Parts: sequence; structure tokens; C-alpha cells
Amino acid sequence: MITLLPSITITDYLIFCSVLFCIGVIGVLIKRNVLTILMSIELMINSINLLLAAFSAYLNDPAGQIFVFFIMVVAAAEVAIGLAIVVLIYRTTHSIDIEVLNKLKW
Amino acid sequence: MTLLITLIPLLPLLGFLILGLGSRTVPKTWTAFIGPGTILISFIFSLIVIFNFHYFTLSPFHHLFSWINFNGLSISFGFLIDPLSILMMLIVTGVGFIIHVYSIGYMKGDDGFNRFFSYMNLFIFFMLLLVMGANYLVLFIGWEGVGLCSYLLIGFWFKNQDFNNAAKKAFIMNRIGDLGFLLGIFLIFTTFNTLNYPDIFSQAKNLPAGDGTIIAITLLLLLGAFGKSAQIPLYTWLPDAMAGPTPVSALIHAATMVTAGVYMVARSNILYALAPPTLAIMGIAGLLTSLFAASIAIFQNDIKKILAYSTISQLGIMFTGLSVGAFTGAVFHLTTHAFFKALLFLAAGSVIHALGGEQDIRNMGGLKKTLPRTYGCFLIGALTIAGIPPLAGFFSKDEILVNAFAFNHVIWFFLFIATLLTAFYMLRVLFLTFNGKFRGAANPNDPLHESPRIMIFPMIALGLLSILGGVINLPELSGGNASLEKFLSPVFAASKSIMQYKQPVSHSTGWILTGITLLGVLIIGYRALIRYTVQQKGVFPDETKKLFLVNLISGKYYIDELYDFLFVKPVLWLSGFLHRVVEIRLIDGIVNGFGNLVIRTGNTIRYLQTGNIGFYLLMMILGIILILLFNVVI
Repeated sequence: MITLLPSITITDYLIFCSVLFCIGVIGVLIKRNVLTILMSIELMINSINLLLAAFSAYLNDPAGQIFVFFIMVVAAAEVAIGLAIVVLIYRTTHSIDIEVLNKLKW
Repeated sequence: MTLLITLIPLLPLLGFLILGLGSRTVPKTWTAFIGPGTILISFIFSLIVIFNFHYFTLSPFHHLFSWINFNGLSISFGFLIDPLSILMMLIVTGVGFIIHVYSIGYMKGDDGFNRFFSYMNLFIFFMLLLVMGANYLVLFIGWEGVGLCSYLLIGFWFKNQDFNNAAKKAFIMNRIGDLGFLLGIFLIFTTFNTLNYPDIFSQAKNLPAGDGTIIAITLLLLLGAFGKSAQIPLYTWLPDAMAGPTPVSALIHAATMVTAGVYMVARSNILYALAPPTLAIMGIAGLLTSLFAASIAIFQNDIKKILAYSTISQLGIMFTGLSVGAFTGAVFHLTTHAFFKALLFLAAGSVIHALGGEQDIRNMGGLKKTLPRTYGCFLIGALTIAGIPPLAGFFSKDEILVNAFAFNHVIWFFLFIATLLTAFYMLRVLFLTFNGKFRGAANPNDPLHESPRIMIFPMIALGLLSILGGVINLPELSGGNASLEKFLSPVFAASKSIMQYKQPVSHSTGWILTGITLLGVLIIGYRALIRYTVQQKGVFPDETKKLFLVNLISGKYYIDELYDFLFVKPVLWLSGFLHRVVEIRLIDGIVNGFGNLVIRTGNTIRYLQTGNIGFYLLMMILGIILILLFNVVI
């Protein structure tokens, strides 16, 4: 396993992360369930984290990995707030369907 | 000495500040001291100045501070104290003080007592700046300032809209003249590169007579003088200006402000001597004005309006005098006119005061018995202006007439006619007001009463001045020594040498001219006496058909109507057009159009805000993709 790592190039990481990010974006766009959308956002964040870690190793610069930790902390906080909002939405609308939340318009 | 001279205009300004700022707090008794008091001190200081000037050498130029310094433009603020300005200072402060004292009695019951005196003090301040200034710009400050005070005092009783309109008319008519005056100052600066009188005059002396620039300068300045001194074509504001309180009419619209034009021309006499075409225009306009206004005065019935037309006529005579080179004569007549016209106005004010505001001479009559002192003063004033020797008006008018005869016999003849008309309308007022029976409605609550002493004494003082004023310049013809002429000769010396003088009239011709004038005045005076006391004409409205000419003159030649038709109506129409089309349609249309555009656009595209989060996110992502795409493409 360890021996395999050097054979994975930066290009592979780039492609993988892009695919992961696009899956997240598409998930956000097409899903109607709020929880799924939140999970898709996590997917996007983690794809970015992975890319940061990869470049950190590639460039021999530890700053990228420190960034990853910061992002993880922020993401955790964000998820906590996001889920709290979802709970509140469910309590008022008895639904976690995003289409129900269209009262704020013209 | 400079300090003393500076204090002369500053004291009235101080009075204005005290009375103006404390118009609600300063008690009337204090105002009665502060208002005339500041003028009295200025008058005393002016007397000190003239004694210093006479017995010691007093430097004429008093530099106060450097006023405008900018890119080669250097204008100082200073005073020029020469015989002409000293004379004017004495007239302004002396007559001003007398009229201030009179005003204490006249304005006693008025709510705006303090406001009135503050304006009057401000007027004296500006008038002193006008006559004392050492360059055209200081003169211009005074020029504009007296115009402002004139406006404020004509519209003093601002609750009457007619009075406000009269004030506006005076201001706007003066504005037309002032524009010419200002352009004249600019032209002087570009030509001579200075505005100081001595520098300009010494440079101008080297120019040839009839130089185009000089003619342009003098014509522009003359426009200003015609506006301020109410000459054709800018005279119509002065009769309307009688809306102001009578002391205002006496001080501003008879004795001082309206003579500013004459002063200015006399001050710039060298420039005018170098511009014969301007002199010709000035002479014709002055002569026309004097005849025109005198003929209107004969058919007017408002006592103050008659005096106003008389003022216009007398100013016309002064301008004619200036145009024939009788500078001393014009300034002399200005001086005596300040005395006797102020006297006439004060006496008229006393009559109006006694009758409780009545100004129509058809409703007067027989006031000789009830107002004996006022009658005496008015009589002196009327005889003085009519030119009966040895009153002051006789000498000053005669001086102009004799000079006019030497210049051109035709001018003399028309001036002679104007003199006769003057005697006629003045005696008409005198007889209709004071002789015969009282024709007004007697008011039991407010019986006819002679004015209080505080109003009578100023009139007596002016009466004495009117009687004795001629002494300052007894003509050599009658054995006098022409002291005013000698006093003023340094001011007019240069232009005397420039102007091509005809031979001065011989003594015998002079005596004959004086005799003819006097005889004419006596005959016309007798005619007036018969017509208005014995025949009682003009007392009651007569229904007989009048001559066309009479209708024309009693309608004031319909000049007001003509101006209304030629200028006022088109301007009103133009501003109405601009209001309706340019203002409302164009400018408002553009401004409101922008608002409507935004509202309509917003109404159309607000439906993009669907409330669907998925749609928003899609748009956001599409936007990011587009930005990235453009980044790659460009």
C-alpha cells in the first residue's frame, strides 16, 4: 500500500477531485432532499480538502495540510448549523423538501 | 487723519449693525439717538476733514488695505478725498442727518422703527463708500449697496403687494443700468490695467479725443448713471419708488442716491470730455428727460409723484449741464437740489402726515391756515425750485442755463422751457395744496394738526439751506467770487482744457439771459396763480373733452404701458413657455423618465426571483461557469 502511493501522480488526484466535486455539484442541483444536499456540499468540501493535501505533498509545503484542518473545523461548525436549520424547517413545514421553501419570492 | 476718514463711513455701518441686530431689543428712544447720532458724528468728522483740507495740505489718497491681488490684478481698497468727494460727503451726511431727525417724528408710530433706521444707516454707509471710494470698484460696491437699500426701503411696508412690486421694479431697472456700469468697469480695466481714478485719468489724458474705447467706456458707464439717476429710458422706476416712506423719498430718491449718476459722470469728467459723442447722447437724453418729466408732472395729482417727476426733470437738467461742460454748474445744482428737494419732500411728508396718509392734491387745499409752518417751508422749497432770486435754485439753474447758452442756443431754449414748466407744476402743487378751501373729508377723530417740532426743525434747517445755499457759488456775473467753482477746479481742470469751449457769454448777455428766465418764470407763476387760485381749475374733475396731447401727457405718455407691452409681457410669455415646455416636459420628463424606467424594468424582471433555491443555485453555477469560460476565452 505504502509502496503504491508514489505511483499515484498529481494528475490522478486532480481528475479524481474534479469528478468528486462535480458529483457534489450535481447532487446539490438535482436533489430535493435537504439532507442529501447537505451531504453533497460535504462531498464538495472534501474534494477540495483532498486536493489541498495532495498539492501539499507535491510541493513539500505543510501549509496546505494546515489549511485542511481549518476547513474541517469550519465544515463541522457549518454542518452543525445547517442541520439545526434543517430541524427547524422540518418542525415548521413537516417536510425536508427544498421545493416547499419557495415563499420568499417576487 | 486716515483713521478719522475711515470712521466716517464706518460709524453709520456700526449704527446699522446695532439697530439691525437689535431690531427687536433696542428701545425706540435709544434708536432715536443711535440712528441720527452716528450720522451726526460722521458729519462732524466730514467738517473736520474739509477744514483740514482747506487749511492744511491733506493727502487726497488714503490707502486702507490691498484688496484683490491675483495674477497681475491688483486692486486696493482706499478713499479719495478731493473737493468733489468732500462736497458729496457733506451733502450725504448733512442732509442725511437732517432727514434722520425728521424720521424720528415721521416714523414714530411704526412697528418697523428700528428696522427703518438700520436701513437708513446702511444706506448712508454705502452712499459714503460710493462718493469716497478711490477706485471704480469701491464706487461699485457703494453703487450696488445703495440700490439694495433703495429696494429695502421702497418695500419697507412689505405687507402691501403694490409696494413690493414697486421695489422690484426699481431694483430690476437699476440692474439693467448696473450691468452696463459693470461692463464699463471691465473695459476700463482691460484698457488702463488699473481702476484707480488718478492712474486712469492721467493715462486717459494722453489719448486723442473721440477715441473708440473711451466712447465705449463712457457709454457703458452712462447706462449705469441713467439707471441710477432715472433718465430716459430707465426712469419709470422713480415715480413708483414713492411707495416708500416719505423720508426715504427725500433722502434716497431726491437728495442723494439718484444723484449718484451725476456724481459718477462728474468724477469721470476727463473720460467724458474725451468722448464728444457720449456727451451729445447724454445731453439729448437729459434734455428730453427734463422736458418729458416736467410735462408729466403738470398732470399728476399725487403730491409725491409730482415731486418724483420733478426730481427726474431736475436730474435731466443736471445731465444736460454736464454735457455742455458745466461740471461745476451740475454739481452746484446737485447740491442745491439736495437741499430744496429734500425740503419739498419733507414738507409733503408733513402734509401727508397731517392728513393721515392722503396724497391726492385734489383732496387737499386750504392747508395754509392749519399747517402754517409746513406751508412756509413748502413755499420756500417751491420758490427755490422755480428759480426765484436770491434763493439757491436760482443761482444753480442759472449757471447751467448760461453755460448751455454758450454751448448751443437750442439747448438753452429747451432748458428754458423746462424751467418754465418746473415753475408751473411746482406752483400748481403749492396753490392746490395750501390755497383755497379744504376739499378733503374732515376726520373728527383725527383733526388736522401741525407736525411735531421734531419734524418742523429739520424742515426749517433745510429751508435755511435752500435760501442761503446759493452763497457757496455766487456767480462772477453778479459780483460773487464763484467759490465752489474755485474749490472744485482741481477736479475739473484737466477736462476744461480738453473740451473745446465756446467763448463764455459776456456780462451783458448773461444779465439778459437771467432777466429773460426770471421774466418767464414770473409770467408763468402769475398764470398758475390765476389758474389755480382764482379760476380753481384742476380742482374738480371736468368732463369736457380733452385734447389728444393732454390725454397723452396725463397718461404719462403711456411709457409704462409701452414697456409692459415691449418687455414685461414678452418676458412673462417666454418664462411661461419655458416653464410649460422646457421645465415640465423636458427636464421633469427626463428626471421622471429615469424613475419610470427603473420601476418598469424592475416590474418586468422581478419574476426571475422565483423563490426556488434549486433555480438560484443553477443560476449561480451557470454564472461561475460563464465567468471561467470568459476567463479562458479572453
